[in-house]
Amino acid sequence: MIGDIPSSVLVASVLAASAPLVIIALGEMISEKSGVINLSLDGAVLFSAMVAFVVAKESNSLVFGFLAGGCAGMLTGLVVGYLSIYLHLSQVAVGFALSLLCRDLAYFLGNPYSRIQGPTLISSKLPFHDMLPEFLQKILTQPLTVPFALTLVAVLIWFFKFSRTGLQLRSVGENPAAAFARGLNPSKIQLFSVLAGSFLVGIGGAAYSLSLKPGWGRPQGAEGIGWIALALVIFGSWQPCRVAAGAMLFAFLQVCGIGLQNLFPTIPSQVFQTAPFPLMIFTLVLMHYSTRKTRKHGETDSGLQKWLGILFMARAPKSLGKSYRQE
Amino acid sequence: MDVEFQHISKRFGSVKALTDVSLTAKQGTIHGLIGENGAGKSTLMKILTGYQAKSGGDILINGEKIALKTPDDAAQIGIGMLYQEPMDFPHLTVLENFSLGCPAISRERFTASLKHLAYAFGFQLAPKRRVELLTVGERQQIELLRLIHCETSVLILDEPTTGISPAQKALLFPALKKLAHEGMTILLVSHKLDEVASLCDEVTVLRHGNVTHHTNAPFHFPELLEAMFGAVPEQKEKPVARSTGNAVLSMDKIQAGGERQGLQLNSFTAKSGEIIGLAGLDGAGQSTFLRLAAGLTIPAKGEIQLFSTQLPKSKKASRIAGNLQTVFLPADRLEEALFTDISLSDHFSLRDKKSSFWQKNQKNKQRADKAIQTFSIKGRPADTADDLSGGNQQRLLLALLDPKSRMILLENPTRGLDIRSGQWVWEYLTQTLSSEACIVFSSPELDEILHYSDRILVFYDGKIVLDSLTAETDHGSVAAAMTGMTGKEKISNIEQGISNVE
Repeated sequence: MIGDIPSSVLVASVLAASAPLVIIALGEMISEKSGVINLSLDGAVLFSAMVAFVVAKESNSLVFGFLAGGCAGMLTGLVVGYLSIYLHLSQVAVGFALSLLCRDLAYFLGNPYSRIQGPTLISSKLPFHDMLPEFLQKILTQPLTVPFALTLVAVLIWFFKFSRTGLQLRSVGENPAAAFARGLNPSKIQLFSVLAGSFLVGIGGAAYSLSLKPGWGRPQGAEGIGWIALALVIFGSWQPCRVAAGAMLFAFLQVCGIGLQNLFPTIPSQVFQTAPFPLMIFTLVLMHYSTRKTRKHGETDSGLQKWLGILFMARAPKSLGKSYRQE
Repeated sequence: MDVEFQHISKRFGSVKALTDVSLTAKQGTIHGLIGENGAGKSTLMKILTGYQAKSGGDILINGEKIALKTPDDAAQIGIGMLYQEPMDFPHLTVLENFSLGCPAISRERFTASLKHLAYAFGFQLAPKRRVELLTVGERQQIELLRLIHCETSVLILDEPTTGISPAQKALLFPALKKLAHEGMTILLVSHKLDEVASLCDEVTVLRHGNVTHHTNAPFHFPELLEAMFGAVPEQKEKPVARSTGNAVLSMDKIQAGGERQGLQLNSFTAKSGEIIGLAGLDGAGQSTFLRLAAGLTIPAKGEIQLFSTQLPKSKKASRIAGNLQTVFLPADRLEEALFTDISLSDHFSLRDKKSSFWQKNQKNKQRADKAIQTFSIKGRPADTADDLSGGNQQRLLLALLDPKSRMILLENPTRGLDIRSGQWVWEYLTQTLSSEACIVFSSPELDEILHYSDRILVFYDGKIVLDSLTAETDHGSVAAAMTGMTGKEKISNIEQGISNVE
């Protein structure tokens, strides 16, 4: 128990709060694994959240809403992907500008739909709900985004570790020239992964406006999430389960903030609200040191260093952010 | 499969890399392709793998014309290449590297195939290890096994012994002979004659993008050397000998650099007034040598003394060397010496060691104007460094150089310069600068070294294999030492050895 929140509620709210973040961060991870940084993430999340809400409201269908959100995300991915992969523009510049554009576009186009009721994805009970103990009942009664996010983690672990397409995707992110020499088409593979990844980002955005923070408005509540997701991909060292764990840790810190606020009324509430951000930076610093140590000494680290290495070592795709030009 | 090149040409913009190259590599043989750096060997091979497109000519496999648009086309036919720099994925495991680019089969079958092949060739490779932890030689072994697994029937090797250990070399050579014996066509690109001699059945020599020589084993080395480096030039008049003085640079038991560009040397001393030419093929250790003397590379072992001052083993070394009036002019001027987007006059401002916060624009412009006149640089003070041509960049570097420098280290000082600019550079170095200065330079042009230096060091495989006064050596022995043969006796020994085998 933290503060006056019972632990089952805590776990349930961490799962619920982390689900969209997990989906977004994993989407970004897919595109980064192939070597393309999609920096438009923050704007893309808001844009797809807006599109998803508007479409769900107009069609009165959550399915269409989520699909529209995914497609909106994919559209931003197409812009970043085409400009950076085929026209070799700077991924950072394109992504950054697009992020700001998408954010403003979302506020502008979504304005007529501000602060009105719309369809919301509610928590659903499991089919064998009544057979479970009360503790699990509370944890497992979740909106569909939660099982989707958890399944996604498992699917991506499998995809990158065991599937051939996953290996090819990673190889392009490592060394596109070598991948080309082995008969692959790096540009195509990169575009594919950017599109697939940004579709997931769109789904994640939709999960905000249709489930976690239902409705549309300014602010929506998903502001800044894209930047967090970008940091989470690094924090998770481009590994699905570590990225997901990072997202959950972040959600946990946010939920804790609310609980701890009641426990320590003398500490200003802003401290708990902003605590996750400096903690994130601290973790990144820790990662830097564990990675450097492991590189230097190879396999002969002492106990603590070894664990630091296992927990925090980051290995970025080698040609991340570099545009590949065929000779 | 027989591979036939017919009248292949390749242009990069206006530069001709290959002109009318024709040659045939027969099935079951090892065909050597030799020539100095930039002769066009690698370009020709990249065309055969579909990595680069040709500008003209035809490639025939077993007498049939083929079109190669991508590496995939080449792989389908069974053409595979072992690149000089490992073309692999450092963060992936050995097994993942092995399986990428081959038709998909199950993980277990890939593992089994890798183990089987590694055993057959005597390589020791752990499938789950990450490739970045391996040596260059081991990474090359994985590539070789992968190509064999993918049923490659035409194998191209580009300088396969660069950066690998002698033990790995001892494993690689029998493996190649075995593969050729089993019917593979092997094309070996190299500039090391001793290796070519021990492996190849036929040799084609390229020079400046043309075929200059073709011969079958046994090889006559002087002939090959002449085809590689050009005819022995007539002796030109040597510049006046300079008087030498005290030791200015000494190195003792040095070990530096990684696997590539590594350098090992026992002891070396340079005296003031000496002009020392560093000969050697690309990556044989010359550039490491120059950077060691400039304090830019810190040796793993050994001591370096510059003007009786010991260089510390820290980042301070280069600053201390600079204070001792040592300058280093790298070959890659825009990358390492000049600032791309900064104007000529600002370069003069940056050179000042003591300077006020404010720039003296007028004064810098005057200095630049003066340098443009005295050094005949084709440019204006406001032009940026990358606006200048290669020759004018080199003139700018010389203009920036402190005329009181006592130790001048030059990496390929006439790179990209036409003959007249080159001569101008040398006139400046030998006549305008103090004759007490010690000049150490490397160059890929053997003639330049023979003409301008008083003393020659030849590097081969990270070691100095020849250290001699220029007057006491000649074109032939330096060329032989560069390709791994010390002295003329050794050449005839190898030739005899080969004819004995035949």
